[in-house]
Amino acid sequence: MTALERLEVAAVTLQRGARALLGGLSFDAVAGEAVAITGANGAGKTSLLRAIAGFTRPVSGQIRFLGADGELDADATRREECHLVGHADGLAVGRTVREELVFAVRWTGGDATAAIDGARRLGLERLLDLPVRHLSAGQRRRVVLVRLIAAPRRLWLLDEPLTPLDADSRAHFGEIMSAHLAGGGVIVAAVHDPLPISARTVAISG
Amino acid sequence: MTPHSTLFRRELSLAWARGGGPLLTVGFFASVCLMVPLSIGAAPGRLSAVAGGITWVGLALASLLSLDRLFERDFESGALDLVNLGPLPLETICAVKCAAQWLASCAPLALAAPVAAIGLGAKVETAGLIALTAAIGGVAFAFVGGAGAALALVSRRGGVLIALIVLPLLTPPVIFGGAAIANFAAGLPWTTGLILLTAYALAAVALTPFAMAGACRNALS
Repeated sequence: MTALERLEVAAVTLQRGARALLGGLSFDAVAGEAVAITGANGAGKTSLLRAIAGFTRPVSGQIRFLGADGELDADATRREECHLVGHADGLAVGRTVREELVFAVRWTGGDATAAIDGARRLGLERLLDLPVRHLSAGQRRRVVLVRLIAAPRRLWLLDEPLTPLDADSRAHFGEIMSAHLAGGGVIVAAVHDPLPISARTVAISG
Repeated sequence: MTPHSTLFRRELSLAWARGGGPLLTVGFFASVCLMVPLSIGAAPGRLSAVAGGITWVGLALASLLSLDRLFERDFESGALDLVNLGPLPLETICAVKCAAQWLASCAPLALAAPVAAIGLGAKVETAGLIALTAAIGGVAFAFVGGAGAALALVSRRGGVLIALIVLPLLTPPVIFGGAAIANFAAGLPWTTGLILLTAYALAAVALTPFAMAGACRNALS
């Protein structure tokens, strides 16, 4: 499979309950580009990210993944090239940080060594043997971010990635995002606060 | 390390801790089996006639215990999102979860079942068959129970709903397993019960992952 070069969202309308969201939203994101999705609470930012991740099917419009030689298989791309960082962080509170990290990184295509290196880079090495339930919100978010650097995938879907992070961690995460873009990655982030990197803004209304 | 074993190890460690773990499940099973002689009296002939049947009812009830957390925890924590963006299809993920549930909950029950049955007055010769049928029946319990747990994801009172969905579907293995043990103890042909039980378990393994995956997709969307 060739690498993802372009994400294309074409005239997408989503539905939540009886309510239509997005109203035919179109944008695209090419390799090396970050797109910041902005909009009021309930406008459909999270739903859009989940639709790109393949959890929700649009009622109309298309979400396509394109490589150098044309359209890529959407399911395979999602399984192999897509990281989603959502509100719910997916960590099992009873397991240790190390167990959860190593699982998540292996599951998304990295290995245990990369997981521990990543934890070190994000300043989590002292927390590795604690149960997840002892971590603060910001620490838990950093655990999730390790996945992004330890298991390389081209497309990052980030839902309010900065919210629980302190100033230092935000700056650090900015550097991580810049490095990802420099390596040809694509970032689509739902945000209220501006991202610490330059990003094209796509505003959606409720 | 294959993705299957990576996932299985995580699921097993979660299943081992879920709902108090195997000790609680086995303890519950033992309590159910202990209540019967208290309620119907300990006359040896009366108890030994129903020992196999009681054991099976106890197994079915005890296997329900930790089901409500099987998918719910991962759904609420967002872990279901994460595994959905991994190398295996959701059908396989669901099957792996049920296999871990079997090992953490139904396999310990299969070891406890002969002890309980013999304590109730079953013949010692039946011990092997009781453990075997409990292990096979446990496969059906884990997979059918998993389907119920996945279907209950979108509802508010999931736990109660699971019991209502799942218990009727656990009736056939209870009938087949109980019959195999009763016939074996009475010196009658008993293999039919075992064969039907195995067939039911295999059908559950083959079919329920599709139901579970469908229910999970529905809950995630």
